[in-house]
Amino acid sequence: MAVRFDEVQVGTELPAQSFPVTRATLVQYAGASGDFNPIHWNEKFALEVGLPDVIAHGMFTMAEAARVVTDWVGDPAAVVEYGVRFTKPVVVPNDGVGATVEVTAKVAALLEDNRVRVDLVATSEGQKVLGMARAVVRLG
Amino acid sequence: MPLDPSFIGRTYPPTEPYEVGREKIREFAAAIGDANPAYTDVEAAKALGHPDVVAPPTFPFVLGFRAAAQVINDPELGLDYSRVVHGDQKFAYTRPVRAGDLLSVTVSIDAIKSLAGNDVLTVRGEVVDAGGEHVVTSIMTLVARAADEAGEE
Repeated sequence: MAVRFDEVQVGTELPAQSFPVTRATLVQYAGASGDFNPIHWNEKFALEVGLPDVIAHGMFTMAEAARVVTDWVGDPAAVVEYGVRFTKPVVVPNDGVGATVEVTAKVAALLEDNRVRVDLVATSEGQKVLGMARAVVRLG
Repeated sequence: MPLDPSFIGRTYPPTEPYEVGREKIREFAAAIGDANPAYTDVEAAKALGHPDVVAPPTFPFVLGFRAAAQVINDPELGLDYSRVVHGDQKFAYTRPVRAGDLLSVTVSIDAIKSLAGNDVLTVRGEVVDAGGEHVVTSIMTLVARAADEAGEE
């Protein structure tokens, strides 16, 4: 059930989502992505380099935010551009609960060829963790 | 010591082809908790017009990250990786990565800037398939934080 270009306007909100992140999530993502930087799994190392605790991979947060867009359009191929700035780390404590990334998104501009620009906002603990988070999406 | 701006425009040799497997895509989708059937179910992917399962939009970083190692580990450039953080990341897609692809990445240094004592390096990766057709461009900025303690260089 694809989203049609004529169904959306500037300001149309995409369904918001919350994504839990635990240490186990980060270990699994490290393995799948090949990014084994110890700041994402080794608390001692993270503290030594001046971080408050283990932090999530920026690319993990970017991947979660993308789900708000791909769940909305259905076909991942509809995403023609996607970019983010990593503004603040997602801190993931080893307390059995971890962190949560909250993502909202809305249509910010209507472009030619049935494309729209979607602007995303991702926060964790009330802090914006992504900046300039934008996707260009081709609709039906 | 700031990075040498003469490296701007430098292009590294294309990487050895990376074969994208269905199970690797499944593993990646599971790691990001994404249940979109286009990533795991060939029939669902075909129903969307794809020849095989496709990969999530950020999957190309798996290739881009390996390819960028050529820059990060270039002894002539002399980047101190222990000071490097990922500043931003962009992808521009011609089509999604899909199972069965043999992908090669050509990495270039697009920019080197100095901002508040930090080195900001823009690394572009052009990902092409076995036929040389463009699949996706990855643009990442790497920020090498300045030495901030006395005596540290």
